[in-house]
Amino acid sequence: MKLKQITIIFVLSFWTVIVQAGIYAFEFDDPAKEQRFKQLSEELRCLVCQNQTLADSNAGLAMDLRKELYKQVLSDASDEEIKNFMVSRYGDFVLYKPPVRTSTYLLWFGPFILVAIALIILLRVIRSSNKQTPTTLSDADHKRAQQLLSENKD
Amino acid sequence: MASSRLRPFIPLIIFIVMAIFLGVGLTLNPREVPSPLINKASPAFTLPQLHSPDKTLGHTDFVGKVSLFNVWASWCAACRQEHGFLVQLEKQNILPIYGLNYKDDANDAKRWLIQYGGNPYVASAHDLDGRIGIDWGVYGVPETFVIDKKGMIRYKHIGPLDFHVWSKNIAPIVKQLQAE
Repeated sequence: MKLKQITIIFVLSFWTVIVQAGIYAFEFDDPAKEQRFKQLSEELRCLVCQNQTLADSNAGLAMDLRKELYKQVLSDASDEEIKNFMVSRYGDFVLYKPPVRTSTYLLWFGPFILVAIALIILLRVIRSSNKQTPTTLSDADHKRAQQLLSENKD
Repeated sequence: MASSRLRPFIPLIIFIVMAIFLGVGLTLNPREVPSPLINKASPAFTLPQLHSPDKTLGHTDFVGKVSLFNVWASWCAACRQEHGFLVQLEKQNILPIYGLNYKDDANDAKRWLIQYGGNPYVASAHDLDGRIGIDWGVYGVPETFVIDKKGMIRYKHIGPLDFHVWSKNIAPIVKQLQAE
């Protein structure tokens, strides 16, 4: 009885993995090609679901593109050729890692610019707090301070 | 110093800048991915025609006139939405409309045309496995391409066509291309 329950829990907890395995109905003779296929399908975006990779998505188009990817990997197309194939049809958006070009400069370098600005502000704040010159006391202030100190002695 | 007088306004300035960026972001439609095919020649294809499979439709058929190439399918709900408009548009004889029947059963497709108001297409290419759709960068049916006299893609609309989209975005381009 207990063993049966454990078995059910075990199967259910791996259910998504089992279902996922069903999607990879592509067979490879060469493990290197299989590795390339997996890697590329994780670098390419499914345009229907947008926030999923080709590997993750169940959409019809993702399935078609996986088939296309499979064919091209089998026919020894280079990663570069495969990515060009996708980009020439669907644009840079299919790549999870966008290429560096004028239209993507802000995307690539924006965060560094923000960090630089933050550092400049930080430095300025530190410097201005260091610069605070000790305030000079007037004679009247000195007298008052002495008075207060002597009062404390009692 | 001027900066000390500006200091109280810094949070306000940051807020305004962020509001502008976020505001612009809200007006963008993430589903509309710009097509790299604009101003390129129509991707080559030759497919059997939906209604007469012994005849073909291909990219060479687009040469010589400005035309629309509309990607549709009977399983696509948004296609139903635009179909009435396409039928109307065809009756105005402004330009020929070609169809790409995308990943569809031929009988379903033909029945669907009868059921939803008629066949506005000069001909529809039957792309059963969607392979030609990939070459055209199709990812969300319906999609509509405007093709010029040389067979070049000049505009792409993603999503259902209607009168508003037509008169605002497409009609001016068609007019200009027809004058070229």
